[in-house]
Amino acid sequence: MRWKRRRFLYRVWRKRRQITLLHDRTRQIDATMVLCFATVRNEMARLPFFLDYYRMLGVGHFLIVDNASDDGTTDFLAGQPDVSLWTTPHSYRLSRFGMDWLGWLLWQYGHGHWCLTVDADELLTYPHADSRSLTDLTQHLDQQGVASFGAIMLEMYPKGPIAQVHHDPGTDPLQSLCWFDAANYRERVHPVYQNLWVQGGVRDRVFFADQPQRAPTLSKVPLVRWQWRHVYVSSTHQMLPRRLNHVFDRQHDQRVTGVLLHTKFLPDIMPKSAEEISRRQHFENSDLYTAYHQTLAKGPDLWCDTSCRYKGWAQLTALGLMSRGDWV
Amino acid sequence: MTLGVVMLVHAALGRAEQAIRHWADAGCPVVVHVDLNVGRAAYDGFVAALSDLKDVSFSQRFRCEWGMWGLIAASQAASTQLLAQFRDLRHVYLASGACLPLRPVTELRAYLDARPDTDFIESVTTSDVPWTIGGLDSERFTLRFPFSWKRQRRLFDGFVQLQRLLGSKRRVPEGIVPHLGSQWWCLTRQTLTAILQDPRRPAFDAYFRRVWIPDECYYQTLARRHARRIESRSLTLAKFDYQGKPHIFYDDHAALLARSGCFVARKIWPKADRLYARFPARSPGFDAQNDPNPSRIDRIFAQAVDRRTNGRPGLYMQSRFPFMDRENGFTAAQYSVLQGFDDVIPGFADWLTRQTGVVVHGHLFAPDKAYFVGGAVVYRGGLSDQARLRDYNSKMFLTNLIWNGRDQHQCFQFGPADNQQIRWMLTKDVQASVWVVTGAWALSLFRSGRSASDVRAEAARLQQVENKLLSTLRSPDARSRRRIITLADFLEEPVEVLQSILDDMAGHRAVALTQLPDMVDLTGFAQFLQDLKNQGMHAYLPGDFSVGHPPKISRPRLHKPYVIGGK
Repeated sequence: MRWKRRRFLYRVWRKRRQITLLHDRTRQIDATMVLCFATVRNEMARLPFFLDYYRMLGVGHFLIVDNASDDGTTDFLAGQPDVSLWTTPHSYRLSRFGMDWLGWLLWQYGHGHWCLTVDADELLTYPHADSRSLTDLTQHLDQQGVASFGAIMLEMYPKGPIAQVHHDPGTDPLQSLCWFDAANYRERVHPVYQNLWVQGGVRDRVFFADQPQRAPTLSKVPLVRWQWRHVYVSSTHQMLPRRLNHVFDRQHDQRVTGVLLHTKFLPDIMPKSAEEISRRQHFENSDLYTAYHQTLAKGPDLWCDTSCRYKGWAQLTALGLMSRGDWV
Repeated sequence: MTLGVVMLVHAALGRAEQAIRHWADAGCPVVVHVDLNVGRAAYDGFVAALSDLKDVSFSQRFRCEWGMWGLIAASQAASTQLLAQFRDLRHVYLASGACLPLRPVTELRAYLDARPDTDFIESVTTSDVPWTIGGLDSERFTLRFPFSWKRQRRLFDGFVQLQRLLGSKRRVPEGIVPHLGSQWWCLTRQTLTAILQDPRRPAFDAYFRRVWIPDECYYQTLARRHARRIESRSLTLAKFDYQGKPHIFYDDHAALLARSGCFVARKIWPKADRLYARFPARSPGFDAQNDPNPSRIDRIFAQAVDRRTNGRPGLYMQSRFPFMDRENGFTAAQYSVLQGFDDVIPGFADWLTRQTGVVVHGHLFAPDKAYFVGGAVVYRGGLSDQARLRDYNSKMFLTNLIWNGRDQHQCFQFGPADNQQIRWMLTKDVQASVWVVTGAWALSLFRSGRSASDVRAEAARLQQVENKLLSTLRSPDARSRRRIITLADFLEEPVEVLQSILDDMAGHRAVALTQLPDMVDLTGFAQFLQDLKNQGMHAYLPGDFSVGHPPKISRPRLHKPYVIGGK
C-alpha cells in the first residue's frame, strides 16, 4: 500500500505541469483556513451559488482547476476575490478525473490545512450546519483526534421530468431539486481500501437495477486534514493511507458524518450527457455509462411516490443518513 | 466582597478577558493563572489589557497539561495568593477562561450567602461509582503515571502494563480516602485554607503528583478531610464524553442552558457570539435561591452517549456499520416470515391483513421480483422491486425494509423457490419469527395439474432447498423464534397454529379465531405424493398422508381457558 501511494504521488508529481496558473491569490491563505479544492467544467449554472454556499459555511479560500470551460466560467472565477484559478486543456479522464491536478494543488497548498475537495454540484451539509461553521466542525474533529470526515452523496432530483425543471443559473439548485431516496442504500467494506462502500439511491434504482455492481459509489471522504503524503485514489471515494478511510465505526455511533447534496439533475444534465457520450471523459467503463447518458439526455422523471422531500440537516440525521456522533 | 474567583486560562484569551471583566465588574476579586505554554507576547498583551481592573492579579505561571500535576500547582498558587490578598472572602470559585456565567453574579452570591458553611465540590468514591472514563478507575490511585497521556501515549500505556505485570502498587497516604469528581469547585475559605496549610501537604502533594488526572481527585479527596459540610455537586455545568473530553456548548444550546438554571457553564465555544451576548441573564422563573436544575441537559447528553455506545439498532449507515453477527438483533423491529401458508390457504395475505392489520408482503425474495404489499413497484425509502438489485445485497435489502417500516409489524411470505441468501439471517436475528409448514410446496405442485413424472425433478429440488433451510433453522446458533410443523400436522390442527401466529403478531389485541380461512381442496393429494414416491422421489417433508384416508381438516373448537378455579 505504501508503494501504491508513492506511485500515485509520483503520478501527481509527473502531471504537475498540465495545469497553468491564471490567478494566484494563495497569499491570502492563513494557517487556520479551511480550503476548498475543485475541478470545474462549464458550471456557470451552479458556481455562483456554490461559492456563496461554501463561503457561508466558512471556507477561507477556493483553489479551482478549470478544465477548458467555454461558458464564461473562467472569467467568472477570475473575478472572485477569494479564488485562485488554474486552467488546463488536458484530458479529465486521463488525470484520474481531475484528481491528479487537485492532488498537486493539495500537495502544494493543502499541507496542514483542513481541505474540502468537492465537485461543483456537491453541497456539503452536516449536523448543526445552520448554526455551526466548518471551522467549528474541524476543531471538533481535531479535538477527537480524527483527520478525516466522511459524507455520502445524496442524489437530489426534481418532481417531474428533468426536462421541465426551471432553474435560474446562479440560484439555489435545491429550490427545484428537493427530493431524494431515503433508505435504499447498501453498504459493504471495500476489500482493498477498507472504506465503507455505499451504493444505492435514485441512480441505482432507476439506471443500474440490472448491474448493481456498477452503480455509482456514494461514500466519500471530502474533508481531510491534509498532509502532503496523502493521496486520493478514486475521486474522493478512497484515500491512502487507509486509516483516513475509517470514517465509520464498527461498534458505536460516535463519528460525526455529513451528506453531500448532489445537484446533478438540473436541466443542464441533458446537453452535458449528450456531450459526454461523444467526449467519453467520464467515469471508469465509459461504455457502460453510455446507456445511462442516453437516458439522461432525454430528461427522465426520477420521482416516485416514496420519495422524500428535503427539509434540512435534522431530517437527515433522523433518517439515519448521517450522524451527529458525539458532536451534540 | 465574599466571593473570589481563581481563573485558569490557557487559550482564547479574548473570551477569558470577557469572563474576567464580568466577575470583576460584579465586585469579585480574580486571580488569574495563565498557562506557561502561552507565549510571552500574548501574555504581556493580556496583562496589559486587564491592567485597568484593580482587583485582578496574576499568579505565578506553571506549565499545564491535561491530566498532569501542573493544573493543581496552578490552582494552589492562585488560591494562596487570593486568600492572602483578600482577607474577607468566604467562598472561592474555581473557573476557567472557557466558563460562561449563566446567571448574574449577584444571584450566585446570594445563593452562597444562604449557605455560608457549604463546600460545593463533587466528590464520590471510586469503590462505589464506576468512573469508567478513560478506562482506569481505582488504578489511577495505585499506579504511577509519570508520562503524559496526550504526548507520550506509548510510554504511558507501556508503563501501566509494566506495573500491572510487576504487580507494583502504591500505598495511599494514611488519613485520606480517594474521591473523584468534577474539577470545578467552589470551596469555603476555611476548607481551602485547611487544604493549603495542612502540615502533611508535602506528603499529599508528592502522592498526587504521580496520580493520573490529579485535578479530578486532589481537592475532591482532601476536601473530605477538612470540610464541615460538603454538597457533592459542582456549581459549574460541564458535560464530558465517554473519553473524558469536555463537550462544547455552541450557540444552538442557548435555550437548554437558560433552562438549566446553573450558575456557570463550560466549555463554551469561543466563537459562540450569541451565547456570550445572551448570558448572563436573569431567568424569569428563577430567584436567587433556586437550585440549579441541569437534569434536562443531562438527559439530552445521556441520550447522545447512549446512542453513541449502542447506536440505533438495525440501522446500517455511513457512521456506523457493525459486524452483523455481533449485533443483538440485526434489524430494527420484530417481523415475521411465513413459509408454506400461502400454499395451503389461497388468499392468505389478504386474510392475515384482515385479521391483524399488519403489513403483509408477498414473496419478497421471489426469483423474478420482490412482491411488496399492494403490488408496489417501489416500497418506502425508495426500495426497488428489482430482483437483481435485491439479490446484490439481500441482507441489506431486508434490514432496509424493516428499518423503513419499523412503525408497523411487517411479515412476508417465503418459500423454497425463493432466493435463500437470507437463510442464516432468519436463523440468527432475534427480531425474526419464522413459521414453516414443511412440504407445503408439494401442494402447489399438486395443484398445478401436472403429472408426478413431470414435477419430479422440481419436487426434489424444492425438498432439498427446504431441507437445507430447516437444518439451518435447527442449528445451535439459532436465536430467532421458530416454529416448524409438517403439512400433515398443520392440517390436523390449523386453528392452533394460525391462532398462535395471530397472537405473536398482534399480541393482546389478537382476536380469537372462530372461522378458518378457505383452504385448498386436498382430494387426491395423498395419491399424488404416492405417485411421486413411485417415481423414486420420496417427499418426506409434508409428513404422513396415507392413500384412502383423506386428511380431515378439523373445525375450530371453542377454546376453554384452563384456569384454576377460585374454590
